[in-house]
Amino acid sequence: MKYALFLGCTIPVRGQNYEMSARRIAKELDIEFEDIKEFSCCGFPVRSIDKEAQLLISARNLAIAEERGLDIITLCNACTITLQEAKLELDHDPELKKRINEKLKKVGKEYKGTAKVKHFARFLYEEYTVDKIKEKIKKPLKNIKAAAHYGCHFIRPTEVYKDFDDPEHPKSLDELIEATGAESPDYPDKQRCCGGGILGIKEEDALSMTKNKLDDVKSVGADCMISICPFCSIMYDGNQKKIEKTYETEYKIPVLYYPQLLGLAMGIPADELGFKMNRVKTKNFLAKVEGQDEA
Amino acid sequence: MSEVIDVSKLDRNFKYQVINEPGGEGLLSCFACGTCAASCPVREVDERFNPRKLIRMVILGMKDEVLQNEFIYLCSGCYLCQERCPQDVGITELMTALRNIAVKEGYLHPSFKAQLEFVYGLGRLYELTEFDNKKRAKNGLPELTPVVDEVKTLLKEAGLSKFVEVEE
Repeated sequence: MKYALFLGCTIPVRGQNYEMSARRIAKELDIEFEDIKEFSCCGFPVRSIDKEAQLLISARNLAIAEERGLDIITLCNACTITLQEAKLELDHDPELKKRINEKLKKVGKEYKGTAKVKHFARFLYEEYTVDKIKEKIKKPLKNIKAAAHYGCHFIRPTEVYKDFDDPEHPKSLDELIEATGAESPDYPDKQRCCGGGILGIKEEDALSMTKNKLDDVKSVGADCMISICPFCSIMYDGNQKKIEKTYETEYKIPVLYYPQLLGLAMGIPADELGFKMNRVKTKNFLAKVEGQDEA
Repeated sequence: MSEVIDVSKLDRNFKYQVINEPGGEGLLSCFACGTCAASCPVREVDERFNPRKLIRMVILGMKDEVLQNEFIYLCSGCYLCQERCPQDVGITELMTALRNIAVKEGYLHPSFKAQLEFVYGLGRLYELTEFDNKKRAKNGLPELTPVVDEVKTLLKEAGLSKFVEVEE
């Protein structure tokens, strides 16, 4: 089956390790992605300025996928909630849909509501299924503790994700992690936000939120943290050193994108999964993964 | 906050303005239980941000204090309060509604203004330079180009071009 790959803004520039690993495992799992050059920003940054302007940008992207008869697969949590919520609102409010389509005419587009939107991790969980993933595992990641970070917009709000995971006690990402043979530990305040949403508003508050989470992940002795959102990764991976310096502490916790973890377990070399672009060094982690091979 | 509120300075219509803004509909259902404040990860690190207090201020009509204060921008949008609210106030959506009202009243936070300028000028939040595309090619990733014209047209349609100072 073929899907339109919606990269969003952050991934192609600041999350190429996510993009590389997602494309690599999709190839291995026979999931075909089509790149669509006309896709723009999902609309999320405009939401706080003018909700209807956001809907316009979101609806344009959805219409582009519809024209090609493709469903959308997203990699970023913010793109996911923005596009899925826009779809929900447009499909349930005929007047809004009419108003939006009136304006979309200016760019020769029409939103119909035929394309579905799904996050890649949710797609792997619901449609590819954990059982089939298990069949693809060549190097089970035994003795690896990989702490799941869902990211808020993967499971909340319920209004948008009502048919999916539990917003307070989700299990999808934990099960996806465990499919690789790794352990997905419970840890305090697992649903806590990374703080990324206010990084541009008040950096010290945002980093303080990130620190709280890193403390909790460290407290259970995790070998790595697993993210499925580029902005969460910017907070935990990109800003980890800064937080260590500011708070005079040490974490050295590698932050992997889920496709990187799965790729390793599928026997794909780390180089092909973009590990070189991870900011927190993964050398010791990868040695531990390799080490158990010989054991 | 210990100072006395001056009733003569309150805008009693503010709450109606809020419930008529998309996202603000649930405002008047709040019975001030404080579940939002207890759930809020931002409040945990910054006491100034307190969703319960903010909701009371909106209902009382403290329009200027609400719209001119930094704290409506401190919501990280995690939806924990919204999930747990027993009255379905829709607090995260309410924050969006308040921000949208602030824009309508002529105030655009510098952080959002900067983001708008990028989306307006590039169709994206980050510039994709030649260097970025070279790096992408090296990593075996397809070239990406800006998507400007249609996004610009739509943002103009939405009336947002007036906030964007860049050429035009």
